[in-house]
Amino acid sequence: MQFGIFTVGDVTTDPTNGRTPSEHERIKAMVTIAQKVEEVGLDVFATGEHHNPPFVPSSPTTMLGYVAARTDRLILSTSTTLITTNDPVKIAEDFAMLQHLADGRVDLMMGRGNTGPVYPWFGKDIRQGIPLAVENYALLHKLWREDTVDWAGKFRTPLQSFTSTPRPLDGVPPFVWHGSIRSPEIAEQAAYYGDGFFANNIFWPKEHFKKLIELYRERFAYYGHGTPEQAIVGLGGQVFMRKNSQDAVREFRPYFDNAPVYGHGPSLEDFTEQTPLTVGSPQEVIDKTLAFRETFGDYQRQLFLMDHAGLPLRTVLEQLDLLGEEVVPVLRREFAKGRPADVPDGPTHQSLLARRDTKEVDV
Amino acid sequence: MTRRIVVITAGLGRPSSTRLLADRLAAAVRRDVTDGNVDNPGGDGEVEVQVVELRDLANEIAQNMVTGFPGPQLRDAVDAATSADGLIAVTPVFTGSYSGLFKSFFDVIDKDALAGTPVLIAATGGTARHSLVLEHAMRPLFSYLRAVVVPTAVYAATEDWGAAGDDSLALRIDRAAAELTAQVTARPVPRGGTGAEAGETFVPFDQQLAALAPEG
Repeated sequence: MQFGIFTVGDVTTDPTNGRTPSEHERIKAMVTIAQKVEEVGLDVFATGEHHNPPFVPSSPTTMLGYVAARTDRLILSTSTTLITTNDPVKIAEDFAMLQHLADGRVDLMMGRGNTGPVYPWFGKDIRQGIPLAVENYALLHKLWREDTVDWAGKFRTPLQSFTSTPRPLDGVPPFVWHGSIRSPEIAEQAAYYGDGFFANNIFWPKEHFKKLIELYRERFAYYGHGTPEQAIVGLGGQVFMRKNSQDAVREFRPYFDNAPVYGHGPSLEDFTEQTPLTVGSPQEVIDKTLAFRETFGDYQRQLFLMDHAGLPLRTVLEQLDLLGEEVVPVLRREFAKGRPADVPDGPTHQSLLARRDTKEVDV
Repeated sequence: MTRRIVVITAGLGRPSSTRLLADRLAAAVRRDVTDGNVDNPGGDGEVEVQVVELRDLANEIAQNMVTGFPGPQLRDAVDAATSADGLIAVTPVFTGSYSGLFKSFFDVIDKDALAGTPVLIAATGGTARHSLVLEHAMRPLFSYLRAVVVPTAVYAATEDWGAAGDDSLALRIDRAAAELTAQVTARPVPRGGTGAEAGETFVPFDQQLAALAPEG
């Protein structure tokens, strides 16, 4: 089981003092957070990709390459990489390069993006969102697995005798997650390839994601990748902690009330009841996160959203300390209990390499 | 066979004349389905009427606008509306159109979820001068949702509550109720759900890929 942080990379005014960090401060803060994630014993740091203010991370592999050089164990990932508007050839090249520099500590999560104008800004048609995700990923998948590619599709210029360089490290492509909030087509896509499915469940009630994840598990088995229980599932989470529950609520409330996504809507109390958001003591976070398994089954990756809504860097680092010291060790222990032996751990370069070598021996 | 009629009423007063009109329409539809009318002699079944007062959902509707998902009460109301055998939708006229609350309820419903649903539209207002709201605002709204709107729409101005005669409110209610009853009872089986849940509408991946195969 892997635990980590995913960040949107928003530049948001701190509602408690009116201070807005500069882009430079925010970018540096993200890097500090990534290093802290490794320091407190977590496994994954994932950055969003955005092409409009108030978001800074437009160039994920640049940032992750820098983080790779300053960490030793951390898996570097994305949340998400825009498979619709990026050229799949450039994704193949950028992430293979990152994979080499990071000695394999790289995976990525595909997403379609949620900002309409990004499509036309990058010369694409938003009405073709799903077909773009399907075709572009099919090409990316091929580029990482076939040395010389001849290819023609609907959306991109054809390729003849094209070799994407560098080739993936050890001939093993980075593991791919497919992120989705509402599209069964994407669950189906993840299942078809035997890739991971990440349900970013943080803003919505669980019933909705339960159906999506069940569909993914069922179709993963249908396509012969293993049993439904062996499908690779990732989930989001959103927490704010203090030793004392009331302190957490008092401190987080202004950030909640003014948050870009859900601020000025439901009360903190209603939202925590209806979504995975937990504002309280580390024990409350443990209890709520453990309940995910009851709803969605044993899963492989848990990412928390922590650095958003204008929370100051110092507060975020304190949150990471609590997560690393008091929450994740307990979650690791509890999630391991009763977990069937044939349910895989979160994929890593080493596990993918080992699996490939086993398969080659079998053949 | 039990038919489920859901009444959506956007009146804000307590009591409200919008609710009053909604109840009259619901009673007439109930009577026609159970006891029959000229087009439906003898009647053919039971009716279950559920009234949704949007006033009670005002907060959750606004929150849904912000969060993108319905709170528990709103979810129940949306499920009721989208699985109904027939809808009676009644709004007060505000500022030349349906009320914002009324529109917002339909804004948070999936655009395909009411396709094919028989709908009786009705409105209330201070004077009869606003009655074309039904034809210029209400009917296009439900046309967009591909609902089946019955021909007679019922408008009740304040004066209608004290009028009688050939064009009385009661006659228009009866005509509209008969039209909705005809639509509701003509549907072969009562509806169970929206059919639009995740997992029920996905396209198998080979079909998704095949659709992208280059031509020629």
